[in-house]
Amino acid sequence: MKVGLFIPCYINQLYPQVGIATLELLEKLNVEVTYPSGQTCCGQPMANSGYENESIGACNNFVSNFKDFDYIVTPSGSCAYHVKKHYNIINQTHDVKNVRNNIYELCDFIVNILKIKDVGASFPYKVGVHKSCHGLRGLRLGSCSEVVGERYSSLEDLLKEVKGTELMSLKRTDECCGFGGTFAVTEEAISVKMGKDKIQDHLNNGVEVITATDTSCLMHLEGLIARNKKPLKVLHIAEILNSQYFTKVPN
Amino acid sequence: MSHPKLASIFNKDEKRVNWHDKALWFVRHKRDLSVHQVKGWETLRNLGHGIKAHTLSNLDNYLIQFEDNALKNGVQVHWAANGDEHNKIVHRILKENNAKKVVKSKSMLTEECHLNPFLEADDIEVIDTDLGERIVQLAKEPPSHIVLPAIHKNKHEVDELFQEHLGTEPCNGDPQYLTHEARKHLREKFIEADAAITGVNFAIAETGGVVVCTNEGNADMGAHLAPVHIACMGVEKIIPKQDHLGVFLRLLARSATGQPITTYSSHFKKPRKGTKMHIVIVDNGRSEQLSRPDFRASLHCIRCGACMNTCPIYRRSGGHSYDATIPGPIGSILSPGKDLKKHSTLPFASTLCGSCSDVCPVKIDIHTQLYKWRQIITKETKQPFVKKKSMAIMGNVFSKPSQFERVGKIARWSLRHLPKSIINSKPNAWGKARDLPKGPKQSFDQWYNQRQDKNE
Repeated sequence: MKVGLFIPCYINQLYPQVGIATLELLEKLNVEVTYPSGQTCCGQPMANSGYENESIGACNNFVSNFKDFDYIVTPSGSCAYHVKKHYNIINQTHDVKNVRNNIYELCDFIVNILKIKDVGASFPYKVGVHKSCHGLRGLRLGSCSEVVGERYSSLEDLLKEVKGTELMSLKRTDECCGFGGTFAVTEEAISVKMGKDKIQDHLNNGVEVITATDTSCLMHLEGLIARNKKPLKVLHIAEILNSQYFTKVPN
Repeated sequence: MSHPKLASIFNKDEKRVNWHDKALWFVRHKRDLSVHQVKGWETLRNLGHGIKAHTLSNLDNYLIQFEDNALKNGVQVHWAANGDEHNKIVHRILKENNAKKVVKSKSMLTEECHLNPFLEADDIEVIDTDLGERIVQLAKEPPSHIVLPAIHKNKHEVDELFQEHLGTEPCNGDPQYLTHEARKHLREKFIEADAAITGVNFAIAETGGVVVCTNEGNADMGAHLAPVHIACMGVEKIIPKQDHLGVFLRLLARSATGQPITTYSSHFKKPRKGTKMHIVIVDNGRSEQLSRPDFRASLHCIRCGACMNTCPIYRRSGGHSYDATIPGPIGSILSPGKDLKKHSTLPFASTLCGSCSDVCPVKIDIHTQLYKWRQIITKETKQPFVKKKSMAIMGNVFSKPSQFERVGKIARWSLRHLPKSIINSKPNAWGKARDLPKGPKQSFDQWYNQRQDKNE
């Protein structure tokens, strides 16, 4: 099984600890992971802003980096979804079809390909799950509140097995946090309001740590938490799944 | 004004935003409770989608069949290519019948065509009889929601409005008193009316009949009392068979308000003895939208408003921030087809979270269409220089790994070393209310290369 690791641009530059946790976690699970050099971005920031054409260079770079892998794993539901859904703007060669088929968000890969739920982590905190929209409604990593059917969640499957972790339920289980890429700046007022409301829901329900499949959502929430000095932390789900804390770390 | 500007004005009053958000979330939640009880809900959605797709692909035939059957029933049928023609037809019918006083039940189509001001210009009185619509009519505002037109107004504002226009006593916003007064006021209007205008929820090709859904019975009250009934419909309201109502009536009310069915689902087929019934069938840009493969499914819409109730942006920006007849997600994919420039910010008023598509009873791929309109808008309308340029630069940086590394280094250094006063100064909209992450010393790339070196 040839597995390539894709680390999204902003994680690479701003949140390397998320990339490190992802790699270490996969290695713990005995996955032989290759990290191809020369990675940049999946192209989503330009495409979602209406400039799909400007993203073609990034798409091609992505394909040439990952065309030969059986699985491409990334700690981002949003980037995985973008490659799957929007790489129809370049020629559908064998390579392009391959990367679109083979890309997986990290939790999806662990639960549905590796068939593992207990990754052996310990994390003694009250955790609130933020179900990032592109993972939830794009990749269907879990059931969403709108659709009628069986309830499931790959994220919760994994977190339920983490020792010491208490999963807290929220009033609004899967409302968007308001990040939305360039939306966060073009619709600044609404974006901020959505983020504040999201944080309040977690606070109201006793959450200590907010986690998600996407650091982009968390960056937005963290920015608001820091500015408003709220008693909350954010951690990417890879960081929790890679944790070995048996007691709470004093602040 | 653009959506972001209108939205930020709405957000100046956070209490109001909270109340608006909660009121609509309550409706969305009621919808959830109701649909999760229906076995086969997703099958119904698939059927709704399929019937609409089939009908739109054979629209010409079904429209002709509908007209034939309506004519056989003794209904007069009129065709309008656009809003202006629609208004003129309605006006002519009213004139022919010496109608000076008109009652109208909810019809987003007549809003779209701006029928009221057209008729009022010729001294015809038009009274909107849906309570919410009457409220916004008195306030001289457009509806802010297609099912709950006055959802942006609280009971105290309604109290004041009624005191001013209906001569009610101050009541501290007592809803029971206010609705009773509205009822008295509207009953008079129903009795006096020379003609009744209604919208149409479904027009059945095989029978030539139309179905109008209301909770207040105001469509019936109007059409049953007045000697003339004019029903106005967009071409996309057609469904092939009466049986199909078994799908759509179940979908509509649950999606709209969580009710199993609207209080009144009224079937109008032929004029009562001694009265006249007219149906005006309107295109007004619909066939153009039908010709756009990426956007034709927007015509599946049955106007339930669920996408508005679920939309985290709509709930926090208010319907008026869309400055369009149909607000919210569905409006944001319909409106650009009518006036791309005017509505160019609407497809961007979304995080593409996809909740609208998942809540939609006829499975319109709303968020995908929003994405597609974005691609068209950046090509066909003038974009801010900074946005255009920065996208080109980003595209270039991300296509070349060496450049990406260099730019990343500078960004991390700046975030680490520049004072917050500079980082969060005006051009950085992010920093107005949010901190930026601290730039780490090492990127993941650098960490990884170091680790590889150590291992070798």
